[in-house]
Amino acid sequence: MSVETSTSPATSSLTLTGILGKIWGNFWVRTIAKKIFIVWVVVTLTFFIIRALPGNPVEIFIIQLMDSGLSEEEARTRAAALMRIDLDAPLSEQYFDYMGNLIKGDLGDSYVLARGKPVADIIFARLPWTLFSVGTSLLISFVLGMFLGMLAAYKRNSWLDHLLTNFSAAIDSIPNTLTAIILVLFLGVIWKVVPLTLMRGSLSPGVQPGFTWEFIADLFKHYAVPGTVYVFSTLGGWMLAMRSSTSSTLGEDYVTVARARGLTDMRIITAYVGRNASLPLVTRLAISLGFVVGGSILIEQIFVYQGVGLLLGQAVAKRDYPVMQGILLVTTITVILSTALADLLYGWLDPRIRIQRGVE
Amino acid sequence: MTTFGKSLKSFGVEIIKTLKLIARNKVGLFGMIMVLAITLISFVGPLVVPPETRAHPELINKPPSREHPFGTDFQGRDNLTMVIHGGKDVLLVAFLAGVLTTFVAVTVGAVSAFFGGAVDSFLMTITDIWLTIPRFLLLVVVATLVELENVWMLAVFLSVFGWPGLARQIRSQVLSLKKREYVEAAQLLDLGAGHIILREMLPNMMNYIMIALISAMTSAIYSQTGLVFLGVVPFGNNWGVMFSLAYAKNAIYNPNAAASLLAPMGAIILFQLSLVMFSRSLEEIFNPRLRAGV
Repeated sequence: MSVETSTSPATSSLTLTGILGKIWGNFWVRTIAKKIFIVWVVVTLTFFIIRALPGNPVEIFIIQLMDSGLSEEEARTRAAALMRIDLDAPLSEQYFDYMGNLIKGDLGDSYVLARGKPVADIIFARLPWTLFSVGTSLLISFVLGMFLGMLAAYKRNSWLDHLLTNFSAAIDSIPNTLTAIILVLFLGVIWKVVPLTLMRGSLSPGVQPGFTWEFIADLFKHYAVPGTVYVFSTLGGWMLAMRSSTSSTLGEDYVTVARARGLTDMRIITAYVGRNASLPLVTRLAISLGFVVGGSILIEQIFVYQGVGLLLGQAVAKRDYPVMQGILLVTTITVILSTALADLLYGWLDPRIRIQRGVE
Repeated sequence: MTTFGKSLKSFGVEIIKTLKLIARNKVGLFGMIMVLAITLISFVGPLVVPPETRAHPELINKPPSREHPFGTDFQGRDNLTMVIHGGKDVLLVAFLAGVLTTFVAVTVGAVSAFFGGAVDSFLMTITDIWLTIPRFLLLVVVATLVELENVWMLAVFLSVFGWPGLARQIRSQVLSLKKREYVEAAQLLDLGAGHIILREMLPNMMNYIMIALISAMTSAIYSQTGLVFLGVVPFGNNWGVMFSLAYAKNAIYNPNAAASLLAPMGAIILFQLSLVMFSRSLEEIFNPRLRAGV
């Protein structure tokens, strides 16, 4: 891509500061540096929050071990081994140890949920489920929201518009936990439309993952209700955003000109209005892709869906700090990767942004 | 303090004008009446209705009846009484968190936009970092470490995690106000940053800030519900605790106990919807373009 080589021609001196300035001037270098900085902030913040706050989990863990019959000495070495830190070392040294392990890709070991098992393995076993369930719903809700939002903007101030916008604002404010419980209660218990077994777990017992019809059917059957909850709780936001974006695009001169040129409505909607109005939403889509894990924590609890959210819930209940820390880190990295993706996409979709970056 | 008194007075005048406009919009009026009614029931109700202090083993998980319109819970307590007593904390946290969130967001947004330059890029970098971090997860993790035992602490925590999005919106509002003639005039007169922000800009943004306050309240209730459901904020009797306890006692699989879930959940949803209705019609009132249908 031509974007990556764009540097300012003014500072072409060959001095060290000149070269450094040139590197810093590169948009992508700066972006990547910023992202790495954010990951570092999150890691550092969680490290110190966990160790500095009252109710220090390390101490609590040692006390737990002592309760189970170990001497203090044994408990301390055991805790230090499981958390892979030297507990007597000064905080700064512990911190550098921890960071050193992180750079090697070692997130530490779980100490309650699956004692001694690497956190990274536990998380990556769960991640596909969350990515599948929340990701699919996100796409459905995005497409549906774009369509409805455009419809509302085209029919501005009609009863349909009022209905759609009020409905969106309403469903946007209902906590998704409540939506989930209401669905389980009515569909599964009171009306008995959906068997309860399909609303607990992510697969029927005995079904093996693979490219078989049985697996795929079972997958989607278990996905249906939680998927509906995700779509329901995010649809309103997409619709309102698309409505306001389309409304402002409809006022643009080039749309008026396109109309004056006698282009068909279909052509105007797809090539002129739709394409421009969806620009800001595409960025938002990429950003919400990153929040996939965060959005799933409560819903997965209710549906016992075997994803990262459920894992975090379990880790919180059992106070498994390395797992909590690991999930937070992995989630932050997904958020950052997807915002980077959003930046890329935006530049690719909107040439004006690309040119601006070149000038920077 | 005279400056403050004057701005308070003009704020009062604003409110009366606003109330007159609200009365014109039926949906908004209904939303406002509902918000006021729920607030009244939650704060005055507990003084009138005696609390449920003990379990009634013979009345466990009864569906709604004449004596117990919302049924009874897993300890045989009357759900209606519990709902009346359980609103205070939820509303208080929502209100405090809403006010604190708005206050931080307005301060950061206004200072950032007004001073520009290095201050702006510093504050906005922090805001962006805070926006990028998966805040709800961080909130969950922090809430398990710190004992959030009272209303104030929960409100402070929710607002620490809730301000960045709003700060960005306020910043762009102030940026556009900064270009208005009266602000430029005030700057030429050298009236000082405090005066210009507090007396020239804020009164003109009051409408916007009120809507922001309401939406901060709804998101505070949203996160609060989630935290209570995860069991990381264990305090007192409130709607959130009611439904998560009922859920934990498997009320969801027992049609007779459905009322124990639906009563507190209904209360939360009703309050959220009332707030949304109220704020949507406020938006319509404050934004004349929406009213005129341009």
